[in-house]
Amino acid sequence: MNFEFADEAPKLMILLYGLVAFVVVVGGLLFLLDAVPTWFARRRDARLIAASASGGTVTIGRLKPREGVLGLFFLLPTVLLLLIGLVVPAVRTLVLSFMDSDGTNWVGLANYDWMFSQDEIVKVLTNTLLWVILVPLIATSIGLIYAVMVDKARFESIAKSLIFMPMAISFVGAGIIWKFVYAYRSEEQDQIGLLNQIVVFFGGEPRQWLLNAPLNTLLLIVVMVWIQAGFAMVVLSAAIKAIPADIVEAARLDGVNAWQMFWRVTLPSIRPALIVVVVTISIATLKVFDIVRTMTNGNYETGVVANEMYNQAFRAGETGQGSALAVILFVLVVPIVIYQIRNLRKQREV
Amino acid sequence: MTTTTPPLAGTATTSDQPKTTVGRVRKRLNTRAATIVSIVIAVVWTIPTFGLFVSSFRPEDQIKTTGWWTFFTDPQVTLDNYQDVLFGQSASSGQLASYFINSLVITIPSVLFPLAFATLAAYALAWINFRGRDWVYIGIFALQIVPLQMALVPLLRFFSTGVTVGGVTLMPAWQLEDEQRFIQVWFAHTCFALPLAIFLLHNFISQLPTELMEAARVDGATHPKIFRTIVLPLITPAIAAFGIFQFLWVWNDLLVALIFAGGGNETAPLTVRLAELAGTRGNDWQRLTSGAFISILVPLIVFLSLQRYFVRGLLAGSVKG
Repeated sequence: MNFEFADEAPKLMILLYGLVAFVVVVGGLLFLLDAVPTWFARRRDARLIAASASGGTVTIGRLKPREGVLGLFFLLPTVLLLLIGLVVPAVRTLVLSFMDSDGTNWVGLANYDWMFSQDEIVKVLTNTLLWVILVPLIATSIGLIYAVMVDKARFESIAKSLIFMPMAISFVGAGIIWKFVYAYRSEEQDQIGLLNQIVVFFGGEPRQWLLNAPLNTLLLIVVMVWIQAGFAMVVLSAAIKAIPADIVEAARLDGVNAWQMFWRVTLPSIRPALIVVVVTISIATLKVFDIVRTMTNGNYETGVVANEMYNQAFRAGETGQGSALAVILFVLVVPIVIYQIRNLRKQREV
Repeated sequence: MTTTTPPLAGTATTSDQPKTTVGRVRKRLNTRAATIVSIVIAVVWTIPTFGLFVSSFRPEDQIKTTGWWTFFTDPQVTLDNYQDVLFGQSASSGQLASYFINSLVITIPSVLFPLAFATLAAYALAWINFRGRDWVYIGIFALQIVPLQMALVPLLRFFSTGVTVGGVTLMPAWQLEDEQRFIQVWFAHTCFALPLAIFLLHNFISQLPTELMEAARVDGATHPKIFRTIVLPLITPAIAAFGIFQFLWVWNDLLVALIFAGGGNETAPLTVRLAELAGTRGNDWQRLTSGAFISILVPLIVFLSLQRYFVRGLLAGSVKG
């Protein structure tokens, strides 16, 4: 046994500190929120009494505690954390993307120039494009088909749980699960990977699935689809259940068949949910990092932007190039989000 | 043809001859073929995880030489893999027990802090009137589109070298070592979770009935009092939903942990160690399978027992918009 509980004690102490800090910060904030308005109210009362005692009149600025001050207290930790943790760093990353690897000298657009001139990085960009087109498309289609098929079936809840389950598994865990599926043994040996076993069963030769581009990227995409289809299915299933029964019935009275029902009633009715699903999966896919890192580490031409960004900024020490890749990631996310916001606004107006 | 409309639920599954038109349509969509296809998909979806699970209990030489499906003809079960990967002596064994504790230590505060701050902020943005409120909300909403990759490099510098403006040190370096690095991870997870948490909780909180709030105000309740006694109990399900969401996200995270926790067994979570094992010991399947299963055990338990809340959290963000 190499596991000594005493070794773990410092960690648990830190956890305890963390919890104490939580109680102090949140409790203290709530206490302040209670105490400050009460204090103001008391002072106001005291002044009122003093004023009435002396017989004069007093103008009182506000009868209620100031809402603005109070709101500030409620928002204070959040705004501070967001500024320190997100806003300032994001701006800083943008600046760093125009600087060299030390972040000391301006290099203009050199980092972006590098990005589009290196074959490897162009490959990374095209891979990312492939991911962001295929994953949302396939995952949403499977989720939609499945949601329609199991709707009101007897085993619905179990069947849905099974598809949804990969959502709870970490990308690293999923990576290992699928590495095992793709595992390779030479022809003379028994196969231990399911995929090669199937290939052998049908008389084929076992293959090193993860070594050959572009097939390996597609096989990594399968993992992401496996994870995201459950999400698509759950959201779309809820949307399908929300379709008003009278619409379905009216269509039925008009004599539509199942096929027409799907294309003319179901699909238009769930269009908003469909867009949300596609957008959400697209954004998650753009940022995919763990799957690639666990399964191929970006080798054999499987790299994607998020993964390459990590390699450049934190392994190669090329802060400028890493930052430029992060900025590209941001640039790719923005139009998708704007599209969604415009869609949501259109729906609100209708 | 009947003209009455019995309740929707159950019409399709309880009788062979659905009485309603809706039921008949559904019947048609749920033909036997559809049922079979959906069962096939469900099985295909589960097989990879199932294979991993079966493998994790097989003896090492068996895992490495035969496929997990031979387990059904030649069942051999052992707990050695788990023993080895959790408590093993050698440096290569995994020693996951220690990393498991790290995952717990990282996850608990990283769920509590953003939840508390986000609830407070969401309440203020929904029910306290102050100038610029809408702008603050739009700003926080917009922050959702900033990928966390955009924040990593400068935030790491913020911890390691502090903040200096024009030669004046505004904040010294944190200089955290060993176990203290957990604080960085908590901080990063809290920051990154806030925009989405506020957005989701704001959806719930702003839908509380206005009359309720006004009645409380007329009775002389202050905002803090309304927040504690009225709002918090009412939105507990939403908080639970987001809590589960955040729990799964933090437990399963690799990127934030890689950058802010360091790789040692003092602070790195399970995901970091597993990714390392997968990279350097990609052929030690007995360790990878049992290790992976250890790492997905907790989220699976959380997921299976609290699935309803998790789904509610998802739907709050997507279907309602």
